Amino acid sequence: MREFHGRVIAPGCATAPALVSHGGLNTLASFQKALQFGDKQATCGDQNNPDLYGKQMAGKALCLPQTIGSTTGGLVLYCACSMHRQPACLLFSNPIDSLAAAGSVLAAVWLDNVQMPVVDCLGDEFLAYVRDGMTITIGENGLVRVE
Amino acid sequence: MNLTAKQQAILDGAKGETMAKVMKTLVMYGQIFGAEKMVPVTSQYNHLVTSFGLKALGPVYDLMNQLIDAGAVSGQKFSVDPRPLDPKVPANFLQNLVFKKFMYSKQDFYEGQLRQLGLKDEEAFSCACYLDEQGNRPKKGEILSWAESSAVVYANSVLGARCNRNSGIMDLMGSIAGFVPYFGLLTDEGRKATWIIRVETTKKPEAQLLGSAIGMKVMEDVPYVMGMTKWLGTELDEAACAYLKDFGAATASNGAVGLYHIDVLTPEAKEQGTDLIVPDAKVYVIDDAELQRVKDNYPLVWKNPNAKPKLCFVGCPHLSLQQLQDWTERLEQSLKAAGRQKVCIPTVFTTAPGVKKAFESSPYGGRLAATGVILSCICPLMYMNNPLCGPMPVITCSNKLRTYTTARYYTEEEILMKITKGGNPQ
Repeated sequence: MREFHGRVIAPGCATAPALVSHGGLNTLASFQKALQFGDKQATCGDQNNPDLYGKQMAGKALCLPQTIGSTTGGLVLYCACSMHRQPACLLFSNPIDSLAAAGSVLAAVWLDNVQMPVVDCLGDEFLAYVRDGMTITIGENGLVRVE
Repeated sequence: MNLTAKQQAILDGAKGETMAKVMKTLVMYGQIFGAEKMVPVTSQYNHLVTSFGLKALGPVYDLMNQLIDAGAVSGQKFSVDPRPLDPKVPANFLQNLVFKKFMYSKQDFYEGQLRQLGLKDEEAFSCACYLDEQGNRPKKGEILSWAESSAVVYANSVLGARCNRNSGIMDLMGSIAGFVPYFGLLTDEGRKATWIIRVETTKKPEAQLLGSAIGMKVMEDVPYVMGMTKWLGTELDEAACAYLKDFGAATASNGAVGLYHIDVLTPEAKEQGTDLIVPDAKVYVIDDAELQRVKDNYPLVWKNPNAKPKLCFVGCPHLSLQQLQDWTERLEQSLKAAGRQKVCIPTVFTTAPGVKKAFESSPYGGRLAATGVILSCICPLMYMNNPLCGPMPVITCSNKLRTYTTARYYTEEEILMKITKGGNPQ
């Protein structure tokens, strides 16, 4: 078991199995099919992401360096939250990027009863340590426990 | 964040609950990046990324309705990304049914919302809004609230405007408020290069392949690219701008680049040179072998890798007028050499409405039509974004289209050979 400290972007507590992407998450490429075709598990459709392709993202603690690609990214996250197909939480090793930040803020301001805690700046060591299926627990003040 | 009295009043509800939420959204967005103030949006027009009336985007339409009902509409007129549908683009009965009755059944409704929010005009649908014929070309130093990754990177890098990689919806929020948080690519510090890219290829690198390699390597950092002068020259002429349009789109879709500098070519690199590079910048050398490695690593998701292509898309992002003219000449020459009159794979070239009008009113319009190529203003990405196109063998020279769909990437020369001769270049 290890603990990592990051910066809280969106507050909240969560416990969920880890799903790890070592490359950037292309939000549009990953979520577009899930949002359009009623896939409540949000199966990742990004063929360029070997870590995530074909895996279910909804309800997982998604661990990643940052998001990349289309500027629909924040809007896509917002829709995923509204449809309750979002990851249990987003855990960034890097400082959060502008698209993921937008998705987090839009969900927080414009949606009711949606929770997707977001923590960034967890460091490269976090992403090197965490593996798919490990249990992630987010506590107060950006404390992330991995076991 | 230090807000002006006017901004604070909006946040406190002086202009209603919805405007307060718009301001709260912008403040929270800026606070994440340490923004200490808002700055006015100074461009004449905005540009939005969301042009498609996907049935699945119900939450977006609900939000737009809240804005419209509260009178919180854009302070600027705006252009928007291309439409997803065009009856001229080949589609079978089932595809047409899926497109119109299911996927894009909200298109007319959403375009109605866009008009209420401030759509510039009915021709304002293009990802390349900055082309002269489209009329949304910001000036150097202007502050934008744009989204659309390829347009943002072009505006920052080639035009010298200042814009963060804003998300859809956030693009509209900045324009409604008239302010955006001051951070990232709006600041001098945020525009410094943290990567040096040394291009050492033996021939002019394919724009969309070079951009892909750089995007994958630097992610959202700012690259300073050296070694391109012999290929692009030192002036931003039409050929250089078209190259950088395609290059930038690939950096932004394969990575998250919002700004690049090209040594002695792009505006800030011309003014400041290598002073733009931070002292501890990382270095990435790109030679022929590296470009080949990147291309060879693209996943091929066709069920039958040897399938005969059923459709070809050229023009993601939308083609410029000069690119259309160049393609027409290359097609004519290649078809003549092959002893053919028309392309042997159904092929769609995509361009902006203003460019299409100018092109079709010139002699080139008829010449391209004679080759059998269809000219459309569609968004090929949105066209392909459905389960019926998934198994369809589509080819493209767009790295952006490759990234988001099952389309298979080839260089422009390879595409030319395939659509005119049915084979690969010798």
